[in-house]
Amino acid sequence: MKKNDIILIAITLVVALACFIGTRIWQKSNTDEDAVAVVTIDGDIYGEFPLSEDIVERIEFPDGSFNVLTVSEGYADVTEASCPDQICVHHNHIRYSGESIVCLPNKLVVEVKGGEDNGIDGSTY
Amino acid sequence: MKTKRIAFLGLFVALAFVLSYIEFMLPLNIGIPGAKIGIANLAVMVTLYTVGERDAIVLSIIRVVLVGLTFGNLSMMMYSLAGAALSLFAMLIAKRISKLSMTGVSVLGGVFHNVGQIIVAMLVLETKSLFYYLPFLIIVGTITGVVIGIVSSLITERVKKSMQF
Repeated sequence: MKKNDIILIAITLVVALACFIGTRIWQKSNTDEDAVAVVTIDGDIYGEFPLSEDIVERIEFPDGSFNVLTVSEGYADVTEASCPDQICVHHNHIRYSGESIVCLPNKLVVEVKGGEDNGIDGSTY
Repeated sequence: MKTKRIAFLGLFVALAFVLSYIEFMLPLNIGIPGAKIGIANLAVMVTLYTVGERDAIVLSIIRVVLVGLTFGNLSMMMYSLAGAALSLFAMLIAKRISKLSMTGVSVLGGVFHNVGQIIVAMLVLETKSLFYYLPFLIIVGTITGVVIGIVSSLITERVKKSMQF
């Protein structure tokens, strides 16, 4: 390893840290009581689920695959899925605005939206 | 000399294919979409530093198409093609500038592979929220890049000793 390699590694880690801190601050300041979990499939909205209500929703696809969305205690989580990699199932539960769980094989995205304050974002759909 | 090169390239396509299969069986399950160990990049790196740049590009494309057809589906192939293209592009530039050793080049390759995948996923799924994975993808890419870089420089040394292109 050369000195330049160390510098490069340091730069990438600093960039990663800066991205992380920036997004966390934005997320915390944009989440309120009315946060909802928005489920989109291949870019189209499937449904919105308020994080304040506990539900279990089974999302089925025409080809037989599925994802199970569970909302409890203010967190949204994917608890079961048919996809081979199971990344969405292993993903931590989410609660802050902008956080998301993604299932690439099923093209499914669960994203938390902040609530009333995010009216502008909401209207873009 | 040309025959040797073709044989070597065939060998490395097979190797990259097997490494991709191993990676497919041992997914990096840390809950981040698009994160890869990138062991197949070993074959690409060694080819890049022994046979040449053009062969590394060819190897990359063949690998992605083969793996996509065998283990994945069309959308997964699209993600990995974007990742592979961006990562190879970054590695070629870094290698030409030649300020970095193989470890640095491999780190860039790892980071850009993950970033490329997530950019395509953002476009396909039409969601900006994937942006929040970016810091984790950069860190994962850096760590795997360092390991892959060190291993591939060891392999390159030995390949160069025993073969001439």
